[in-house]
Amino acid sequence: MAIFINENTKVLVQGMTGSEGTKHTARMIKSGTKIVGGVTPGKGGQSVEIEGVTLPVFNSVTEAVAATGANASVVFVPPKFAKAAVIDAIDAKLPLVVVITEGIPVHDSAAFYAYAVEKGTTRLVGPNCPGLISPGKSNIGIIPADITGPGRIGLVSKSGTLTYQMMYELRDFGFSTAVGIGGDPIIGTTHIDCLRAFQDDPDTDAIVMIGEIGGDAEERAAAFIGEYVTKPVVGYVAGFTAPEGKTMGHAGAIVSGSSGTAAAKQSALEAVGVKVGKTPSETAQLMRDILNNKG
Amino acid sequence: MDLFEYQARDLFESHGVPVLGGAVAFTPEEAEAAAASMGGRVVVKAQVKVGGRGKAGGVKLAESAADAREKAAAILGMDIKGHTVHKVMIAQAAPIEAEYYLAILLDRANRNFLVMASVAGGMEIEEVAHKTPEKLARIGIDPNVGISKDKAREIILAGQFPVDVVDQVVEVLLKLWAAFVAEDATLMEINPLVKTSDGKVVALDGKVTLDDSADFRHPSHEDLIDHAAANPLEAAAKAKNLNYVKLDGQVGIIGNGAGLVMSTLDVVAYAGEKFGVKPANFLDIGGGASAQVMADGLGIILGDPDVRSVFVNVFGGITACDAVANGIVQALTMLGAQATKPIVVRLDGNNVIEGRRILNEAAHPLIQQLETMDGAAARAAELAAK
Repeated sequence: MAIFINENTKVLVQGMTGSEGTKHTARMIKSGTKIVGGVTPGKGGQSVEIEGVTLPVFNSVTEAVAATGANASVVFVPPKFAKAAVIDAIDAKLPLVVVITEGIPVHDSAAFYAYAVEKGTTRLVGPNCPGLISPGKSNIGIIPADITGPGRIGLVSKSGTLTYQMMYELRDFGFSTAVGIGGDPIIGTTHIDCLRAFQDDPDTDAIVMIGEIGGDAEERAAAFIGEYVTKPVVGYVAGFTAPEGKTMGHAGAIVSGSSGTAAAKQSALEAVGVKVGKTPSETAQLMRDILNNKG
Repeated sequence: MDLFEYQARDLFESHGVPVLGGAVAFTPEEAEAAAASMGGRVVVKAQVKVGGRGKAGGVKLAESAADAREKAAAILGMDIKGHTVHKVMIAQAAPIEAEYYLAILLDRANRNFLVMASVAGGMEIEEVAHKTPEKLARIGIDPNVGISKDKAREIILAGQFPVDVVDQVVEVLLKLWAAFVAEDATLMEINPLVKTSDGKVVALDGKVTLDDSADFRHPSHEDLIDHAAANPLEAAAKAKNLNYVKLDGQVGIIGNGAGLVMSTLDVVAYAGEKFGVKPANFLDIGGGASAQVMADGLGIILGDPDVRSVFVNVFGGITACDAVANGIVQALTMLGAQATKPIVVRLDGNNVIEGRRILNEAAHPLIQQLETMDGAAARAAELAAK
């Protein structure tokens, strides 16, 4: 098992005919993901060949689902059109929609997030995220598939490259699922959602949680760990040296006054018994020690 | 982007939120002229994007236009918490009967918008929340539903506003919501919202934050950017579309991905404790690190006189390390004699063996390669100390 996705997940690519969409569709197919088609309004009826697979293109997600039986989509649509694309996917009742697009206005994200909650049938991951991977089963988004293989560690992270770095550091153990939840102020799937899913997943033994400055998601995740998670969790928080009031790359990564600091997040995690590493490699070592002691 | 008070005032006015007369002035002469055209008493207010300016002496009442000129002369050039005052706002003075609080903001935790309304205004809202929470209404707004007149009334009544101003404050809230949506704001705060002695409700001071991601549908927001305040290196980086933040250390940083670069700053800061050095900047070159992007990034960092060493930290995910290595070599060729500082490179991930081989073969005298992030950070810190 794995969380949110598995070898039977059938994926649509929204924005597949764009350059990013085409490039990453090829990578996902190569890593074994079942891509069943694409959606580009106005290009319905065409088909494209990617990595030797002929993929039909549809005008809407609802049409695409009817024709292919897809149960997930990944969105590469540019910011200007992303809201319409996500609403289209929610209207089609897709259980999983992964939004890779960076730079979506937060009013648009707030609107499609509220719409997804109201409909109650779609899990959103992202926006501004690298997606998620269950090595050897499915890979939805842009996480490189060849860093490591299947294993029993679960990973949840706001950051893409730190996800890759951590998968690489622990490549000899492998991962059940790694989820990049994204660095925007409003995201669909949170640390807490992933922690709950990993706790409930019989194929995950331990969890790495990576956070960064901004908001209080890590503090709330810490409280959740305290009350719900019994599997070992190690943590890492980026941005101790970030100055107040400056956005550090991710739209959501900003320390405002005294809130959103890395130090506050670290102490919240440590207060519930999560070991927090000072660097990514020290964090990996903490996880390594836990897994080795288990024998 | 955070706006200055005068910009917030103008934005409010353009959306029908009631405000008093106000004008920005960059010189004492402009302040005098603005005060003269308003007539009567005015308030001269330092325009800085930081709180506590009143206590710092940055807000002064002026009895006449000549007085406004003097007060402006005193305030212009002041340093308020590290912010130099380059401009003042000349605001119409009004007799105030009561001060209230009203704000709409993005609520990250609840992933919607939040209205905060309180009869207790004029002080920090955190203080109200702490001391008299019963006087502060906090009501979430569904972005797809918005604020109806009934909803606005419910919020204002919950904020314990007196009956005689409720209708007016409801109108202000409706206008503020329309402005919040129309401008893609993440914060619009009026503090204080006041009742003047003639019974009118007006916004006396405001804070506005606009969502930079929505700039593509607001060409007019370009005019609100404070070019004067931008650090010249940050301005140069922005012109090249680089995601750069100037910091106050000596180790220049280049990496790929916001999280990894933040992490790199931290690792360098730890390693630098021993050597008394800190990271000099944040620079995320993103996924596709072409030679040109690498050259642009190195160019900015090597142009920073505070930088004594550079740490290039790349994990090849989508990006291949060989492309990054070629980028570094080509960047150094492009920069030629401009490149004078040692560059520590740590490559890992996709095509790392080829990437390291390219740098080894180039054997550039400025480049040192290390295999781990921690080790490379320590070397870069050590080189910056010398």
